[in-house]
Amino acid sequence: MSVADDIEVRASSETLLKAERGPRRPRNMGQIIRWIVLFLGGILMVMPLVYMLSTSLKFPFEVYNLNLIPEEPTLENYAYVLEDGRFYRWLLNSTVIATITTISTLIFDSLVGYVLCKFRFRGRYIVFIAILSTLMIPTEMLVIPWYLMSQALGWLDTYWGIMFPGLMTAFGTFLMKQFFETVPDDFIEAARIDGLNELQIWWSVAMPLVRPALAALAIFVFLGNWTAFIWPLIATNDFDKFTLPVGLATFGDEADVQWELIMTGAAIATLPTLIFFLIFQRFIIRGVVMAGLKG
Amino acid sequence: MADIPDSTGPGSSGLKGRWHRLSIRQKQVVWAWGFLAIPIVFYVVVRFYPTADAFILSFQEWNMLSDREWVGFDNYVRLWNDPVFWKVFVNTFEYLIIGTPISLVLAFIVAYHLDKVRFMHGTIRALYFLPFMTSAVAMAWVWRWFYQPVPTGLFNNFLAQFGIPQFPFLQSTTTALPSILAPAVWAGLGFQIIIFMAGLRAIPVTYYEAARVDGLSNWAQLWQITIPLLKPTIVFLVVFSSIGFLRIFDQVFNMTSTNPGGPLNSTKPLVLMIYETAFGGRSRMGQAAAQTVVLFTILLIVSLLQLRILRDR
Repeated sequence: MSVADDIEVRASSETLLKAERGPRRPRNMGQIIRWIVLFLGGILMVMPLVYMLSTSLKFPFEVYNLNLIPEEPTLENYAYVLEDGRFYRWLLNSTVIATITTISTLIFDSLVGYVLCKFRFRGRYIVFIAILSTLMIPTEMLVIPWYLMSQALGWLDTYWGIMFPGLMTAFGTFLMKQFFETVPDDFIEAARIDGLNELQIWWSVAMPLVRPALAALAIFVFLGNWTAFIWPLIATNDFDKFTLPVGLATFGDEADVQWELIMTGAAIATLPTLIFFLIFQRFIIRGVVMAGLKG
Repeated sequence: MADIPDSTGPGSSGLKGRWHRLSIRQKQVVWAWGFLAIPIVFYVVVRFYPTADAFILSFQEWNMLSDREWVGFDNYVRLWNDPVFWKVFVNTFEYLIIGTPISLVLAFIVAYHLDKVRFMHGTIRALYFLPFMTSAVAMAWVWRWFYQPVPTGLFNNFLAQFGIPQFPFLQSTTTALPSILAPAVWAGLGFQIIIFMAGLRAIPVTYYEAARVDGLSNWAQLWQITIPLLKPTIVFLVVFSSIGFLRIFDQVFNMTSTNPGGPLNSTKPLVLMIYETAFGGRSRMGQAAAQTVVLFTILLIVSLLQLRILRDR
């Protein structure tokens, strides 16, 4: 954990600001070659995404053509896949689940982080270590007990069943605790003298001051839940409750030869996050640097 | 009511009176535990209890129908004697040993040069980062399509245009594992580049200025300044990406779903084996739990080893 500590401390200081500033020094002619190679590499990186999109716009007869731009672009695949109704449902499920878990995680992680940072009481250190220690436990070890628990309590095939393991995260608690260190105790004392209660101080004094950390955490948690696979796969049997990745996995198997339809499904699962990224690019990159220690 | 915590909310005036008699310090303690109440229940029920349950289950035999039955170390002994497990064990480490160095070296090279590029810096960075925003499942299907034989697969179609014979990708026991690894490396590269760039930017410019005054070459600067000062970043990324490769599942599950972990178990990682033992066909929960304990132990040993080796240097 101490390594993460080092990096975290570094990342939370001026590093972040520096990461956004321009390059260090101008260069000579070699710079042009460097630029071209990097650019071509970047194009290569996005080629799979480009091919996914282009194929989702092609008629079946054109799928095996290497052309990037479809001769007759069509939205028919999207119409076909969405008409079926399942993808709508999966899109809805994924959105609801990722949104609720993100909100819950933000609230609880910051609350616990705040308490562990700003309150002095016996047992504080033990609680902190206990929460941190859960970082070592891989999800794969927990899914079997979670499944048994869900089965016993009738949570399988419910939103709650998919969401409950992700309602808070140890990593986020750690991240928030680190950031609350930057909130001066004087602010909190002043608020106390003004007669605010502890809940109000946390919410209206401390929380606004750590907004960048909250944003970073939100991005990570949302993306993590949006793309989560193994637990939703285990927690659901009924296709009405599938999330997009789980739905896509079964859809791919049944639509085995129709690659244009599979690519359309993949595009539906991917496009929301890509569009989100293109809009909030700068913000997300900074968030990744900040929260970039998540497991 | 303003000064009364709702989570410890007193219902009667007696409690209220008692609350007012507490010192500020004592009130703080009540507030703190009030705030922590729900999270503590959560961590106990959703993290600690399941962990203990997994350990206990690994010493039991259970097919979900009969009662749980104590069998001691039987599950572990059976695992030890299972040739498939050893194959899976080797595969899991192959993902790690091939994946981590390749992705780290690639990421470092890109980050090192991207750090020095000004023109369209943001755009190029975005191109490398975009794959990180995708879902592993969706991308597994995209790559699976690329790997198909002629006339379907993109790569083989491309090769065919130049008259190059087909490449088996997912169909051969030697090429399937690297073929599954490639999209995993591809998707994680953007993340590593961003972290490396943040590390590079944190190195004070004055070090390089001094080095230039001393006449150090770019190459010498790289080895004597950049890499040593990047050590914390490198340690973090090595541990982080190793854990990722040791836990690989989504890609394998989706790229080999017609023949899970195939061909001939050549691509099966530990997590897929756990999934199959627990949820595929007849469920052997105790056996699967023993496998998760093995995974946990591997992750722990590998990260502790890496931390130690990389720190001491």
